[in-house]
Amino acid sequence: MSDVALGSARRPFALRFPSVLVFLAILSIFTVVVTVLSEGFGVGVISTSFVKTLGKTLCLCLVALAMDLVWGYCGILSLGHMAFFGLGGYAIGMWLMYARTEIIVLESLAAAELPPTPEEVSDGIATQIFGVVGASEFPPIWAFAHSLPLQLAAVVVVPGLLALVFGWLAFRSRVTGVYLSILTQAMTLALSLHLFQNDSGLRGNNGLSGLQNLPGLSDVPQSIVSMWFFWASALALGLGYILCAWVVSGKFGSVIRAIRDDEARVRFLGYPVEAFKLVIFTLTAVIAGIAGALYYPQAGIVNPAEIAPIASIYLAVWVAIGGRGRLYGAVIGAAFVSLLSTWFTGGQAPDINLGFYTIQWVDWWIVILGLSFVAVTLFAPKGIGGLVDVFIDRKSPDRHGADLGPDQGALREQEAEK
Amino acid sequence: MSTLLEVSGVSVSFDGFKAINNLSFQIADAELRAVIGPNGAGKTTFMDIITGKTKPDEGRVVYGDRGDSLLKMSESKIAQAGVGRKFQRPTVFEDQSVFDNLMMALKKTRGPLAVLFFKPSSEDEDKVAKLAAEIGLSGALHRKSGELSHGQKQWLEIGMLLAQDPRLLLVDEPAAGMTPAEREHTTDILREAAKTRAVVVVEHDMEFVRRLNCKVTVLHEGSVLAEGSLDHVTKNEQVIEVYLGR
Repeated sequence: MSDVALGSARRPFALRFPSVLVFLAILSIFTVVVTVLSEGFGVGVISTSFVKTLGKTLCLCLVALAMDLVWGYCGILSLGHMAFFGLGGYAIGMWLMYARTEIIVLESLAAAELPPTPEEVSDGIATQIFGVVGASEFPPIWAFAHSLPLQLAAVVVVPGLLALVFGWLAFRSRVTGVYLSILTQAMTLALSLHLFQNDSGLRGNNGLSGLQNLPGLSDVPQSIVSMWFFWASALALGLGYILCAWVVSGKFGSVIRAIRDDEARVRFLGYPVEAFKLVIFTLTAVIAGIAGALYYPQAGIVNPAEIAPIASIYLAVWVAIGGRGRLYGAVIGAAFVSLLSTWFTGGQAPDINLGFYTIQWVDWWIVILGLSFVAVTLFAPKGIGGLVDVFIDRKSPDRHGADLGPDQGALREQEAEK
Repeated sequence: MSTLLEVSGVSVSFDGFKAINNLSFQIADAELRAVIGPNGAGKTTFMDIITGKTKPDEGRVVYGDRGDSLLKMSESKIAQAGVGRKFQRPTVFEDQSVFDNLMMALKKTRGPLAVLFFKPSSEDEDKVAKLAAEIGLSGALHRKSGELSHGQKQWLEIGMLLAQDPRLLLVDEPAAGMTPAEREHTTDILREAAKTRAVVVVEHDMEFVRRLNCKVTVLHEGSVLAEGSLDHVTKNEQVIEVYLGR
C-alpha cells in the first residue's frame, strides 16, 4: 500500500503542506524585522504610523484568507464579508470608547463634593459618547459595553450569528451564484444604511472614534501600542493561516472544493451541501470579525462607510488579483493591493503632468485597480500567486478551456493544478 | 426477497408536458433490472424522482425495510439512506485525485463536523486501494481525475458508487463510450453488485441489456409499457411498434 500512503492524510500536517511552514517562516521574519526597525522597540527607521499601516495590512490579509476560503475553496462569491469585518470593529470599539470615556468622566466628577452616583456616571458617559447625535442615553445594544470579555465575545458572536442566520435562510432556499452575491451585497448595504442613521445606537455616520487609545494605558506611547497590535495581528494571521490550511487540507477540504465545482453531485454522494456551506460561511464570518477587531483599534475609527458594499467588492478583487483557491494568493493579493492603494491614495505617488491634463493618482488609482482586475480575470486567472508556480514547477492542466466543474464558482482551467 | 423500492402511481409534468404518467415500479432487495425506452420516455426523470431531484405531482415512492417515503427526504438524506446514482455523463470531481474522489465517496458519516475531524484509518486506505484495483485505476490513484480518459472517468464513477455501498444503485447508460472489453467488465461488476443489492440500469444498447440477462422494464411516454425477460418484451407488439414502427 505504499502508493496509497504517499498522499496519505496520516502523514504529519506540516509535511504534507510545506507552504504553511514557508508562510509562517516569512511572517515571523517579517515581524522580527519590523520590530527591530520600529520606533517603539527598535532603531526607529519605520514610523509609528507606518507600523500601523503594516499591522492593518496583516488584518486585511486575514480577512482575505477568509474570503479565499469561502469563495476560492467553496465557490460562494460573498460580497458581504467586510460587513462582518466592520461588525468585529464595532464590537471592540464599543468597549474601547466606553471604558475610555468612563475614565474621563470619573476624573471630571472626582472634583465634586459628593461622590457621584452610578446614574450620574452612566449619564455622563452617555452624554459624552452620544452628544454628537443629540442623544444622552445608552441604547440597549450598549448593555455589555462596560465589559471587555463580553465585547470580545461579541467580536465572534455577532458576525457569526448574523452569518449563521443569513446563510441558513439563503442556502436552504438554494440561492447560488450571482443571486447569492447580490443577496450578500443587499445585506451589507442594508446594514451600512442602518448604521448611517443617528438613532442606530452606534453614533450614525460619526462611527466610533478614538479607538487607538487603550483605556487605562494613556501613559503608554502609541509607538509601543502600535507594536502590540502589530504583533497581535501577525499572530492572528499566522493562526488563521494554520486554521484555514487545516480546514482545506483534509476530507472537509475535498468536500467544499467538490461543492465549488459540482454541488449537485456532492448531494448525490449524501453530503448535506447546505450544512457545509453554512459552516464555511459562519467560520469565515468569525475570522473576518476577529480581523476587524484587530484592524480598527489601529485605524482609530470605525464608521458605516467601512461596511459599504464597495469594501467587500475590494476584498473579492484582492483575492482575485492574488490568486483564488490558494491561501497564500489571498494574502499576497491583500497585502500588495492594499499597500499599493495606500501609497496611491495617500498622496505619496507623484502626479503625472501630461501638459493638457494632470493625472492625479488619488482619482486615477481606482481606474488602474479596475483595469488590473479585468486584466487579471481575463489574462492571468492565477493572479500574482501564479508567479510561485514558476519556482515550484506547478502546471495547469490542458483542458481546452473547460472549467473543472459545471457550477458558476467552479475552478477555471488556468487556476487548477495538473 | 422483499421489496426494496416501490414506486406507485407517480406522475409529474413540466409546463403541462407529462414526463411521467401514473408510473408504477418495484424492485427487490437483490435484483438486477434493466430499464429501456426510446428518447423522452422519462427514464432520467424517473431517476430524478427516486433520488429526490424532482418532486412528483402525485404518487408514492416507498423505500427500505420501514417503508420510508423518499418524497419527504432531501437528496443528501436519500443518498445517505443508501440510494446511489451514476449519471449518464461521467461526473467526477475533476480538480481532485482519484484517491480523494474515492475517499469522499466511501461510506462514512456525512455531517460537516464529522468530516472536518475525519482521519482516514489504514482500513479506509486499503478499501480505497482495493476499489481502485477493481476499477483498474491502481496506477492512477494520485492523478487528478480530470486527466483521466472518458472511459476511466466512467470507471472512477462506478468505483465511487461501490464505495458508497448503496442498497439501491441507479446507473444511467454505464456503457456509453466504452470499448467492448470494458463493457464486458462493466457487465460483470453490475451483475456482481446485484447479488447483494438492487441495481437499476438505464440503457439504450440492446446488446448490453442482453448481456445483463435480467428482467427488463420498458418505459414509453412516462409509463411502463411492458415488463419481463428481454425475449418476452421484444416480442410485445406495442414495444416493437414503439421501437421500430411508425
